[in-house]
Amino acid sequence: MILRRPFFWIILLIAAGFIYAPLHGNNVSLREDLILVAIAIILASNLNLMIGYTGYVNFGHIVFYGLGGYVGLYLTTVRAWNLVLSALVAGVVVSLCAFLFGLAILRLRGAYFALATIGILQAVQAFVSNFDPWGRSTGMYLSFNSYQSLGGARRALWITYFLIIAVMALSMIVSLVIKNSKFGLGLFAIREDEDAAVVLGVNATMYKAIIYSVSAFLPAVAGALMFFKNGMIDPSIAFEYMLSLEGIVMLMLGGQGSVIGAALGGTLYEKLRSYLLTSPVLSNFHLVIAGGLLLMVVLFAPGGLIGWVYRLVPRARKVIE
Amino acid sequence: MNSLLEVRGVSKHFGGLVAVSDVSFSIAEGEIMGLIGPNGAGKTTLFNVVNGVYKADQGSITFAGEDITGYSPDKVVHLGLARTHQIVKPLNDLTVLENVTVGACFGREYLDKAAARKVASEVLQRVGLGDRADTVARSLTIAGKKRLEVARALAAKPKLLLLDEVLAGLNPTEVATMIELVRTIRDSGVSVLMIEHLMQAIMSLSDRIVVLNLGRKLAEGQPDEVVHNPDVVEAYLGFPDIVDKLTRTD
Repeated sequence: MILRRPFFWIILLIAAGFIYAPLHGNNVSLREDLILVAIAIILASNLNLMIGYTGYVNFGHIVFYGLGGYVGLYLTTVRAWNLVLSALVAGVVVSLCAFLFGLAILRLRGAYFALATIGILQAVQAFVSNFDPWGRSTGMYLSFNSYQSLGGARRALWITYFLIIAVMALSMIVSLVIKNSKFGLGLFAIREDEDAAVVLGVNATMYKAIIYSVSAFLPAVAGALMFFKNGMIDPSIAFEYMLSLEGIVMLMLGGQGSVIGAALGGTLYEKLRSYLLTSPVLSNFHLVIAGGLLLMVVLFAPGGLIGWVYRLVPRARKVIE
Repeated sequence: MNSLLEVRGVSKHFGGLVAVSDVSFSIAEGEIMGLIGPNGAGKTTLFNVVNGVYKADQGSITFAGEDITGYSPDKVVHLGLARTHQIVKPLNDLTVLENVTVGACFGREYLDKAAARKVASEVLQRVGLGDRADTVARSLTIAGKKRLEVARALAAKPKLLLLDEVLAGLNPTEVATMIELVRTIRDSGVSVLMIEHLMQAIMSLSDRIVVLNLGRKLAEGQPDEVVHNPDVVEAYLGFPDIVDKLTRTD
């Protein structure tokens, strides 16, 4: 059972820390910092399901986040639905889209699959940029009334923050549960050798479509919450290609295939990025450094930070998953 | 006797190349059938057609009374037809135990993970990999990887096991243990269809033998019938009368 795994409780502790730290002393700027870290963790963790667990590199993972943001903002603003319901519906809708995309493109392997994911990102962005109900390239703005139903803007932002932390914890729990399940074992088999996996009885086509769809759900929910918090969305910020690539850097840095690795990589990279972006000297170079970092990790520590820890302390595997 | 596997008129082409052409044979329950033939005769292709990796262009395959022509490999395993690969395909970064657990999880009994793990450790003991359970599969020797192939297939609890050159590349001691293993598999009630180049081994193990040459079935019968069949001798050695010449004592 999942409750018996020590790492489950570690995840809950991390989430509790995220909630306690900014709440203590009503520290709004810390909250805004942590929200970015949480989004990074959500993106990296769910990307890990594809790259780390299944061995399929998704360059267009951000499409789920952006699409979730659009569906969520449309529902909260135009349809005046409540936030939680809108976010959940956004998650379900985007997951279903992903399942259908998945059945189509998951026949491809390796570099061809990776290229197809870029294609999907571009296609969705082009579609949204020309889609009238979603405001074409100017996007959508949140009506201020949407905050009123949550008891005013101040309260609404805190509520959104708690929800995002919940999605973050859930992302890690989903990763943990899948890792220890029979479904996860099937995914690992696909990652190691898809042909062998099929001959051993794994229904690879279905497994890949399911995990692709699962990896879309929580990022879409997070997108709905995040763009609600920001109050506006347009195609260029919703489908930011750079963020998609940075998600891969986060994952490689922390250690693909590991639950904590994805979270750790997300946290560290986000911290590094905010430092670089705000530093007067290096602000234009943050992608150069990201690229360099990725190169170093791939060359010298293919297992990422957590792979390095596992090598030093092999028994850590049992506790830190 | 009931036939477990029934292959009827199966053909498989790759573009202009005829890999398997109109091959028919059947395997009874509890039988060990040998499949031999020169390199490029279509033996592995036939395996791939039987377990669904390739779709047959013509013909039908019936397994345990069910027409499995065109089934995907994962579906074929659930019905109880497992196989090994000539070129071993270990799941490199998983442990030996995990490799075999995959076989048990997704095999005929479709076990949950805990039960599969138990079956996997039993099978590992049986094939002699019990002490390597926790090492990663990539660090096994070639003999170890061949045993791992057999263990994964066995963990699926098959009714019929297809063995693709499990003896190739093994030293004489390893060959002897593997032959012993195949015997115990048959004694446990599993039928076996095996491709093998090692003639002594296949002659002593098989109840019957099918010979393929250039994609066609050349001969079928008891081992000693087959070795003395002039067509078979010609396919292997080029001269139909070479056996006589070599065994002549005067």
